[in-house]
Amino acid sequence: MSTHQIVSDLTAANVGLDPSTTARLQARLVADAERAGVLDVGYRTVDSPFGPLLLAATEKGVVRVAFDIEDHDAVLVSLAHEVSPRILAAPGRLDTLARELDEYFAGTRRSFDVPVDLRLAHGFRRTVLDHLRSIAYGTTESYATVAAASGHPNAVRAVGSACSHNPVPLVVPCHRVIRSDGAIGRYLGGTEAKQTLLALEAAA
Amino acid sequence: MSAHQSSRAPFAAVVDEHGPVVMRVVRALLGPADADDAWSETFLAALEAYPRLRPDSNVRGWLVTIAHRKAIDQLRAKARRPLPADELPERGSVDALLDATPLERDPDLWGALEGLPLKQRAAVAYHHLAGMPYAEVGALIDSSESAARRAAADGIANLRKTYGTGARS
Repeated sequence: MSTHQIVSDLTAANVGLDPSTTARLQARLVADAERAGVLDVGYRTVDSPFGPLLLAATEKGVVRVAFDIEDHDAVLVSLAHEVSPRILAAPGRLDTLARELDEYFAGTRRSFDVPVDLRLAHGFRRTVLDHLRSIAYGTTESYATVAAASGHPNAVRAVGSACSHNPVPLVVPCHRVIRSDGAIGRYLGGTEAKQTLLALEAAA
Repeated sequence: MSAHQSSRAPFAAVVDEHGPVVMRVVRALLGPADADDAWSETFLAALEAYPRLRPDSNVRGWLVTIAHRKAIDQLRAKARRPLPADELPERGSVDALLDATPLERDPDLWGALEGLPLKQRAAVAYHHLAGMPYAEVGALIDSSESAARRAAADGIANLRKTYGTGARS
């Protein structure tokens, strides 16, 4: 028997990470990491009417919701830079939000009661997001109204920018902000998604 | 992707990329029964330390180094406690059969590998299974580069004597 044959037998035989083993070991790693307090960001994906959504949470709360068009791999890389590279797929941490999103898309839920971690939003953008959380389901406000409510009536464009950089769309309802002339305005998940959300909330 | 970016990649990507190599190594060192524990301990320790890893580090070499320490810890712990006799029947359990990799179904290769001295087993695993250069293998097993090369060669030579002497179906 050749050296090559022995090494290739060892390699083939030792791979040992079939899908079920991988799933079991990853679940154990997540549980161990949670217990040790070293899982800084957990994530999962869920289905939505707009394709898969990436949900990510720190120990403090939901830190990121990303639409498909944002490229989920790129979002995870940026979370590694901006929050922590200690990131694992940890579906359990996002079970509640996943269930509430299902209910929301089904029209049976009007608000999300999960903790939110807004560490990715700073300064005025953070102020704007704090205000957005008070815009009720099924209603809208104009960018100008939000600017005034956030203490800077002239900062209409900055409000638009805060909305387009909202790290947690849907949960913080930036889709409820539209233009003063009634036009729908831009949206992270695409104008169509915004229209769908507003129609959903108007109908429920 | 640059070395900087890959070393600060989300840890999930590190597990996906290097999980199988680490599993190969700990299985070769410890056998299948203890490999899961060593794999889990390796990645938990790596996750804890990951933010402090130097950006230009070789991630696979770093993980194999941690796996080496965890495996040595397990071997030491095992040497201190006698194997209970009632562990033996578990080898034939249904779960074990379902989980069996080709290696586990081949007592010949397991027996041969487990029969090697630790240094030879480690040198074979780190060089041939993890692709580690002999200089790094030597650093892990407290040997020079040439001694590590010799340990791997001796390990393979011993495997050739003890394993696969006949044709395999």
